[in-house]
Amino acid sequence: MIAFVVRRLLQSLVVMLAVAFIAFSLFNFVGDPILNMMGQDATQAQRDAMRELLGLNDSFVRQFVRFVGNVLRGDFGVSYRLGLPVANLIVERLPATLELSFCAAVLALSIGVPLGVYTGLHRHGAMSRFFLVISLIGVSLPTFLIGILLILFFAVVLGWLPSFGRGEVVRIGWWSTGFLTRDGWRALILPSVTLCLFQLTLIMRLVRAEMMEVLRTDYIKFARARGLTNRAVNFGHALKNTLIPVITITGLQIGAIVAFAIVTETVFQWPGMGFLFIQAIQVVDIPIMSTYLVLIAFIFVVINLVVDLLYYAVDPRLRIGRGAGH
Amino acid sequence: MASETRDAVPGHFARAQDALSRFWDSDVMHSFKRSPIVIIAFVVTMIFFIAAFFASFIAPHNTFDVATLDLSNASLPPAWSEGGSRNFVFGTDDQGRDVLSSIMFGMRVSLTVGFASVAFAVTVGVMLGLVAGYVGGAVDSIIMRVADVQLSFPPILIALLIDGLTRSLLPRGVHDELALVVLVIAIGLANWVQFARTVRGQVMVEKNKEYVQAARVIGLPAPLIAIRHVLPNVLGPVLVIATINLALAIITEATLSFLGVGLPPTEPSLGTLIRIGNNFLFSGEWWMTIFPGVALVLLVLSVNLLGDWLRDALNPKLR
Repeated sequence: MIAFVVRRLLQSLVVMLAVAFIAFSLFNFVGDPILNMMGQDATQAQRDAMRELLGLNDSFVRQFVRFVGNVLRGDFGVSYRLGLPVANLIVERLPATLELSFCAAVLALSIGVPLGVYTGLHRHGAMSRFFLVISLIGVSLPTFLIGILLILFFAVVLGWLPSFGRGEVVRIGWWSTGFLTRDGWRALILPSVTLCLFQLTLIMRLVRAEMMEVLRTDYIKFARARGLTNRAVNFGHALKNTLIPVITITGLQIGAIVAFAIVTETVFQWPGMGFLFIQAIQVVDIPIMSTYLVLIAFIFVVINLVVDLLYYAVDPRLRIGRGAGH
Repeated sequence: MASETRDAVPGHFARAQDALSRFWDSDVMHSFKRSPIVIIAFVVTMIFFIAAFFASFIAPHNTFDVATLDLSNASLPPAWSEGGSRNFVFGTDDQGRDVLSSIMFGMRVSLTVGFASVAFAVTVGVMLGLVAGYVGGAVDSIIMRVADVQLSFPPILIALLIDGLTRSLLPRGVHDELALVVLVIAIGLANWVQFARTVRGQVMVEKNKEYVQAARVIGLPAPLIAIRHVLPNVLGPVLVIATINLALAIITEATLSFLGVGLPPTEPSLGTLIRIGNNFLFSGEWWMTIFPGVALVLLVLSVNLLGDWLRDALNPKLR
């Protein structure tokens, strides 16, 4: 177990270093950072002074080590476009993205899993067929189009919900939350529905497929033969054994939610990190791009690590298998 | 001589006919003929393909010809609603361009990027998968480790990053010119992993079979065995994944274009059209967004249905 955790941690570390290296190369070799920071008017002497001050004359390795050190201390440089420290910009935008992703993940899981169980159990029912058709359309609908359609109906035609922004937010320390005002909740509805739909359909189809697979196995037949109630068989035996793939996919999907938040945030002009990143790409604001890269990689590495460790907790076979192997 | 060629032609013809009828009676066709949804999906896909690839000939207006644009035709609603013109069935955009024609040309761009990026992903993925599976050892672990790491990031994010990187490396004008190529490479590189993994798995099964051993015994060089003998036997699943990937690639392209990091407005794809139309949603001019959107969804849905069917039809386990 410990060997496994250590190996996984090392692997994550290597990935993070690789991503940091890409971000570092981006930062240093794309365009001229001195030119980007000082503009066209600076004299050669000023540029040389700045170059020396930033340590750009040092060796490659030393620069990279310093970059990693800075990142670890939360210093990500200064945005070219906005002239503000990137760390501050990110901290300001982080709550918006996290609250949106959290709502979407909760919605996707709390609707997707029950629907998957239902359609898996009542395979030939009319409702199941209906849900399946809907889910296929859901997979084929690009996220941004769902957002546009929702805006068209609920904001433009009906005028019920706001179409952009976070509404009124309350500041708690450095964290700004939309959970505490009616306005904030209203603003959350359309973006989180948009963001969750794709994941919802995916989770539903996955749970359905796994349920159907598990229900065919002998131990389910045996459980029924023992006279257990349907509820005990379906949820205690069947659902429990579908959880491993569901955990994997859900874990990876949380990452996908963060990625697709870029799209949703752009459609709804949600002031989150994704929106910041898209604006940065359009004007080639490299510090923001590289910071986002590092941050997203970090989130993904953590998620993957947690998923792998959860395997261990959920599947006793893995523990026994490894124990016997050693 | 002359009589021989005359014989050969009907002979070829008969053989082609024979092959065709065998294909018609095959299991795959049987499952195709039995499923009305799949037939509809096939027909819709074909209509879209034809409309897109012959857009220059059959589109009612040439949207790239500025001379034909008339601002008095700007922002007309669809033909069936009040104020619409029969000349512009799905209405016009703010410049007076026919929406239907724009969709046809946009579909051409979307399909081009879709096919090209899948072809690119297949090439890279199959090559690396073949090498990893056939050579094995350290090469295999390096390739598959990279694949594992990449697989844990969503393709759209990778495509976005590659696109952003090239954007920062190339000057603006050059990037706009190369946007299509950049997009194809970005989406292709984001999707190669699945092909590599599938091919590698298949190759590892195939390479221990007798025909490969026989080829090795008679002294054929390894690259020749891998390409001429192993490769044809592992391509079946690649076709299925490629179909499903086509739908994914089209969605990815549309999303990137919608975000404004894909194709420039001078070369609009369906995603670009939706993005431009989105600016007019609040003034009630919904047709500029909705029609390209519906076209995109129908295309992706049909391709997805075909992919699902192909997967089931080619899977011997399900028969």
